[in-house]
Amino acid sequence: MLRKVPALLLALLLATGLAWAQAEEPPPTEPADTGEAAETAEEAVVMEEVAEIELSALSAAVGDGMISPGGIVVSDWPNDAGDALLISFEPGSEIGNDNFAGYAIYRRTQGEEELVLVGTMETDEGTSFIDGYDPDFIVEPGVQYEYQVAAVYLSGSEVASDLVTAQVTAEGQLFHTGKVRVLVGCVLFLGLILFYFHAAQRGVEMYLRPIAGIEAIDEAIGRATEMGKPILYVPGLGAISDVATIASITILGRVAKKVAEYGTPLLVPNRDPIVYTIVEETVKQAYMEAGRPDAFDKDSVFFLTQSQFAFVAGVNGIMMREKPATNFYLGLFWAESLILAETGSLSGAIQIAGTDAVTQLPFFITTCDYTLIGEELYAASAYLGREPKQLGSIKGQDACKGIIMAVITLGLLLALTDIITGTETLDWLKNVITMPIVD
Amino acid sequence: MKRSIPLAIVMVGGILFMIQYFIPHQHSQTLFDYYTQWAPIVGAFALVLGVGSLYRLHSHKIKRKAKNWQYSYAVLVPLFLIPIFALIMPESLGGGIMQNMGGDRVTQGVFDFAYLNVQVPIQATMFSLLAFYIASAAFRAFRAKSALASILLIAAVIVMLGQVPIGELIGKWFPKIGLWILRYPNLGAKRAIALGVGFGMLATQLKIIFGVERNWLGGAGK
Repeated sequence: MLRKVPALLLALLLATGLAWAQAEEPPPTEPADTGEAAETAEEAVVMEEVAEIELSALSAAVGDGMISPGGIVVSDWPNDAGDALLISFEPGSEIGNDNFAGYAIYRRTQGEEELVLVGTMETDEGTSFIDGYDPDFIVEPGVQYEYQVAAVYLSGSEVASDLVTAQVTAEGQLFHTGKVRVLVGCVLFLGLILFYFHAAQRGVEMYLRPIAGIEAIDEAIGRATEMGKPILYVPGLGAISDVATIASITILGRVAKKVAEYGTPLLVPNRDPIVYTIVEETVKQAYMEAGRPDAFDKDSVFFLTQSQFAFVAGVNGIMMREKPATNFYLGLFWAESLILAETGSLSGAIQIAGTDAVTQLPFFITTCDYTLIGEELYAASAYLGREPKQLGSIKGQDACKGIIMAVITLGLLLALTDIITGTETLDWLKNVITMPIVD
Repeated sequence: MKRSIPLAIVMVGGILFMIQYFIPHQHSQTLFDYYTQWAPIVGAFALVLGVGSLYRLHSHKIKRKAKNWQYSYAVLVPLFLIPIFALIMPESLGGGIMQNMGGDRVTQGVFDFAYLNVQVPIQATMFSLLAFYIASAAFRAFRAKSALASILLIAAVIVMLGQVPIGELIGKWFPKIGLWILRYPNLGAKRAIALGVGFGMLATQLKIIFGVERNWLGGAGK
């Protein structure tokens, strides 16, 4: 039965895809012969409109009786560093006037003479303006400003409001109210991970499913030892601020310790100078822990270059010259991943890769013998070390994923319910869970 | 001391910047701006260590007359020569960028010459190798050795043909199915991996902040 699952999945996939493709209506198309004529007619209409507007603009004069925009209300823009103000106003007699082109917002610091144009608005942009977004005209917190709004006409003339002193000054907030859901999520997930940290410390037994790539690490080191060839370990091209690099350095510590015990040569090329210094110290420490500090070769850990493709050329050269028996690519990789892994494959090495770069995973999966996918890279150090707190963190992640899976299942059920009963409960769930875009 | 001071800095800094994310106040932003300005400066100093390592490695090779030691000169000579050219001919520091805005590219000095005529073509060559490697990797991946590999092969053929005009000639539904595969099964899998990565990062960062994970300290972490 299980053997038929992929075939069933394929059939389901194709059937759903076909149904979806048929359900989509093709975009309406115009006949080829009439299309050109319609385009010409449209252009003529636009030209006529432009000519009319220009003519009326030239002839239009702004009368004395026109009412300027007014009722300017300045309020503090929420959830910012005190660098924006919201200016709202009431429109004057410009609404409905064909010559009306938009608004101009003027500002000056209280006590100064000159008004500065801080922004313009199109006719369809409403009657609210956020001052402070333009880096040329920054708003400073606590400074008292005065504003004037002018209706601008096509002839270039303006009907300006009275100068109004801002009712408030810009102030920074101590909490971003748009991030409440992020905070709740953080507290929940951090709480779960910390709970499992402590549970692991209390001695609670935790089962971890075996990961083939991690179990193959010892085998790969053993192979290199038997063949008398070196092991190549590339800790990625990321900086030390990338979590994948830190995870890779942790694994390197364990690998280097084994390598030191077996007396196998190790090669660790680096792209980032900070990563290089930490990697060198980590490998040195591993040799000390293995009781063989004298076996540590300073030239085994080295900096190559910061240039992405020069680094690849260097590592590929090492692979072809030194013919390492085992290649580890663990960390953050970009476009160079396939070039590295294919060269390693051609050199006949056993290859273990791991990255959290989703776009590079297919390349590693195709070319390497084992691949640690995404989070498995982070879990590797816990698997290798088996320290209680490390195991607890993995269980904590699993619990977090459990919550996400439960929410997805609930969403699926609500979506089905909505289809059957015609209700909108899924929207409710969306509003509760999804977060508005915040800056 | 060698261990506790960095651990304390990381714990305080980690918690501080976690809280900072929720505080939009100007003082909080100033703190963040200072941090982002300092980080690359520290990185620039570390580059000296990297160059030191490169020099040590290749000078050892030359001294020991190791295999292919002659090539080490190809690293060491430009490594020192280019900064010297940059110092004695500062106008050569343009880095191959357009010298005249809107005008023709003007090559100045040895630095520009080396950058435009050596480094750029070599890097482009390395990058273009990727196309050939993708073809060979695809050939290996798409061999229908099992049911799952067959599904992968069929899905890949549909997606690939759906992206090119011939797909639409085969059938109007072809690109749509390809798009459906990309939009739903493929995106779903990518999101699942991204979620796992997100939680993995969160847990790793917590381990670093609370000192459970200390390998980033190098030798001092033990």
